[in-house]
Amino acid sequence: MSNNLTWVVVGPAANIPQQGARTLQTETDRIAIFRTLDDQIFALLDRCPHKQGPLAQGIVHGHFVTCPLHNMVFSLETGEAQGPDDGCAAKVECQVIDGIVRVGLTELQAGLRHAG
Amino acid sequence: MNHVTAALRTAKVRLVVIGNGMAGMRTVEEILNRAPDKYDITVFGAEPRVNYNRIMLSPLLSGEKDFDEIVINTPEWYTENNIHLYSGDPVVKIDRDRKVVISKSGTETEYDQLLLATGSDPIIIPVPGHKLDGVVTFRDVDDVDTMLGAAAKGGPAVVIGGGLLGLEAAVGLQSRGMDVTVLHLAGHVMERQLDPSAGYLLAQELERRGITVITEADTAEIVGSEHVTGVRLKDGRMIPADLVVMAVGIRPNGRLAADAGVAVERGIVVDDVMTTSDPAIFAVGECVQHRGQCYGLVAPLFEMAKSLADHMAEIETDGYTGSVTSTKLKVTGVDVFSAGDFSGGGETEEIVFRDAGRGVYKRIVLEDGKIKGAVLYGDTSDGGWYFQLMKDGEDVTELRDTLAFGQAFAGGSAGNPLDAVAALPDDAEICGCNGVCKGSIVAAISEKSLTTLDEVKGHTKASASCGSCSGLVENLLAATLGGDYQAATVKPICTCTDHDHDSVRRLIIAKNLKSMPAVMQELEWKSSDGCHVCRPALNYYLLAAWPGEYVDHGASRFINERVHANIQKDGTYSVIPRMWGGLTNPRELRAIADVADKFEIPTVKVTGGQRIDLLGVKKEDLPAVWADLNAAGMVSGHAYGKSLRTVKSCVGQEWCRFGTQMSMGMAVELEKMTWGSWMPHKFKMAVSGCPRNCAEATIKDFGVVATDGGWDLHVGGNGGIHVRATDLLCKVTTDDEVKEYCGAFIQLYREEARYLERTAPWIERVGMKHVQERVVDDEANRKALFERFMISQKTAQIDPWAERASEGVDAHEFTPLSMVAAE
Ligand SMILES: Cc1cc2nc3c(=O)[nH]c(=O)nc-3n(C[C@H](O)[C@H](O)[C@H](O)COP(=O)(O)OP(=O)(O)OC[C@H]3O[C@@H](n4cnc5c(N)ncnc54)[C@H](O)[C@@H]3O)c2cc1C
Ligand code: SF4
Ligand code: FES
Repeated sequence: MSNNLTWVVVGPAANIPQQGARTLQTETDRIAIFRTLDDQIFALLDRCPHKQGPLAQGIVHGHFVTCPLHNMVFSLETGEAQGPDDGCAAKVECQVIDGIVRVGLTELQAGLRHAG
Repeated sequence: MNHVTAALRTAKVRLVVIGNGMAGMRTVEEILNRAPDKYDITVFGAEPRVNYNRIMLSPLLSGEKDFDEIVINTPEWYTENNIHLYSGDPVVKIDRDRKVVISKSGTETEYDQLLLATGSDPIIIPVPGHKLDGVVTFRDVDDVDTMLGAAAKGGPAVVIGGGLLGLEAAVGLQSRGMDVTVLHLAGHVMERQLDPSAGYLLAQELERRGITVITEADTAEIVGSEHVTGVRLKDGRMIPADLVVMAVGIRPNGRLAADAGVAVERGIVVDDVMTTSDPAIFAVGECVQHRGQCYGLVAPLFEMAKSLADHMAEIETDGYTGSVTSTKLKVTGVDVFSAGDFSGGGETEEIVFRDAGRGVYKRIVLEDGKIKGAVLYGDTSDGGWYFQLMKDGEDVTELRDTLAFGQAFAGGSAGNPLDAVAALPDDAEICGCNGVCKGSIVAAISEKSLTTLDEVKGHTKASASCGSCSGLVENLLAATLGGDYQAATVKPICTCTDHDHDSVRRLIIAKNLKSMPAVMQELEWKSSDGCHVCRPALNYYLLAAWPGEYVDHGASRFINERVHANIQKDGTYSVIPRMWGGLTNPRELRAIADVADKFEIPTVKVTGGQRIDLLGVKKEDLPAVWADLNAAGMVSGHAYGKSLRTVKSCVGQEWCRFGTQMSMGMAVELEKMTWGSWMPHKFKMAVSGCPRNCAEATIKDFGVVATDGGWDLHVGGNGGIHVRATDLLCKVTTDDEVKEYCGAFIQLYREEARYLERTAPWIERVGMKHVQERVVDDEANRKALFERFMISQKTAQIDPWAERASEGVDAHEFTPLSMVAAE
């Protein structure tokens, strides 16, 4: 994991529906930001490792999300597929301070490019 | 001007305390214990009385205590300890340069050291009318006096805020004879301390006591000309009130400190020995912010007081390192406990225990084998134990299996939940409906050599009614028979529950369960919010059981039904407008063509159900696509849902030379009657105008084929993986009969089939005879089914596209977040 994350504010956690998700388009990827029933916020790349399903559109239960395309279940905490399935959804760093969500983007995602 | 110069009186260090409350005085007591002669102490208090136990305001309000009983330190205590108390005289300014404080009455007092213990201010939401007479907060004795004055007259009261304080106020006012309504913004009460399940139980208990709880209640306005008369919500509802209590939260009171240039963020910033940015000024209590944290409970304040007293008495100290807190609701007869971070996060796992019979809910959150938080409702006797394990960071891996049963079980060697049943006394009631106790069940099992749940039901009546105790009875069987017992093989809906679909359906009605948390609690779900398998099923069962009453739970629907379009393999969506009976016209076709052009929709396809599918629509475009289709008079085809899809038709007697009936007209009528209805699975119909059956009605869930004399009604056809031709339900003669049988059949299917079971496997399971008995042979039952169907259609026939395109329903679904700011 890159240490030089760019932290981007995406607004109040309340803007994300409980037991739901919203997406954030970055320079390179789309990120799915989830809010669980217990009001925790998690983020994964919005791309299921199975067949690229949009995870943000899945059903959120506990700290898991079920992919809308073929029902694989992923941990929001680690990105790991649950049960017999293999695979890992890419986790994205995020934090909530005073109700405001920030996600940590890599330089590429944030669109920053350094010459040399 | 009364200019006190303490230095003239004594050579001691002059300590001035601002705030005569719980933290300030506890600190003074601690200092007196450690260094009785070190300080010359002066206390300023804004309230015109000695210090008292603020926690006890609730019992004071409810009448369980008098003011005398809640006083902490009497006037004599102040005198005996040579403390100069200025009560009813708030400090208005701190002059740090001259080291004096100035009070409202003009007293100037010099200090060597200053202690701020100003507590916090109740938050007042500035809605119109918040200054009216009869609007109070709940913070001090004066507030309680105002409430008691209002309560003496009786009448309605509204408490805004369903947190700890609000609920205590509500119960207090209710016990004083007022008619109380609690308005709470969040989805369940005490959401900071409780999860939805425990919140559900608590709200139920309050309702049982006659207190009305309205959640998701956003206050628009407090109404009245001089004195308050009511509260209006943003959704227009009006709740009458002679008294309004605002209990929506507190804000640390750091005004004096900030005005004097002391560092204040959310609270007055202090280090581990409670020193502010000015070394001569300390602060304790609710007014401080320590390591980023502000507290609103007394336990941490007392810990702060100790550390500060050590420091001020120059005793070696580790300082204050922050607190883990636990809360209990102080309402007689309601047991609620919560501690730590029960919400989880990080690498947590949860243990959920529910005992619906006793109204008990426990949830313990573990991380790395340690307790991170806990919520207990109904049985809080082990709260202290969990809290201690949590504070000590004890590894509980060994106890994991029995942790939920509490300390009594944790000692035992066998980590077996069956012990819980074994430990019950013989007179413990197992089956509440039929009043059967453990002893008689065990006796029946041994004496009559019973080995199955059904046998126990037969002999003892236990679990023969609502069935919610069948789990317990099974455990008793297992405990009594030991290894001989084979549990009945019911297939649970998923791993969140032991119940199968049928018993869940039955119990939702038997126990009058009308919300997701109610079902999960009463049926003892083993996870806190279910999973993608059980939640959509429960949502359907609730909708089917309580049409018009149950509010759809969007987060428990799959994306297709949430956004009312089909998700495709690349994450785009497809949209199918309804074409009644398969008919369309140039205007609709033109609108569809225009939409396809405008939104660059790559594929336009005619479906197997005679509708036009627009494939490859971007999610963000959906509302605009729908708006255009709506504008041309088209509504959602529900092609994505577990619901009525299409009614296919042939051209029938309207055009066909063979047709014997108007099949197009019938198809349109049937579709208009049934659209919008949610079902266990997708549901398709067709109408053919003669037995040549060009609409292929005999592979539909409900097929109608015209004959010379009337109509043949077919059911249970399926063109899916296992093709199944329909069974003939019956023959009817009139158009109205077709509709009545159709509605009745659908309703029977909706009420009896398991979620995700299509009509074909359902009919194969229950038998065609069963269906015919209910829909054909029993006329009264048919009419009743049909009536229930039509009643539920009243609330079901709402075009979801229009709601989303023009009313902004679920707008968050269609707008991605954007980056607000980068750091
Ligand atoms: C109804 C009620 C029920 C509660 N129940 C519980 C409970 O069950 N458990 C629990 O742990 N906690 C409970 N609390 C919270 C608990 O009472 C507080 O955490 C605690 O009292 C805070 O102590 P404090 O000394 O910081 O503030 P306070 O006790 O509020 O003391 C601050 C004092 O400073 C005075 N003051 C403010 N500004 C000035 C000034 N400029 N000059 C002079 N004086 C000033 C105020 O008048 C006040 O008397 C309850 C609170 C309320 C209101
Ligand atoms: S089913 Fe009969 S009426 Fe309908 S189109 Fe075919 S032949 Fe004509
Ligand atoms: S794409 Fe996610 S499960 Fe197949």
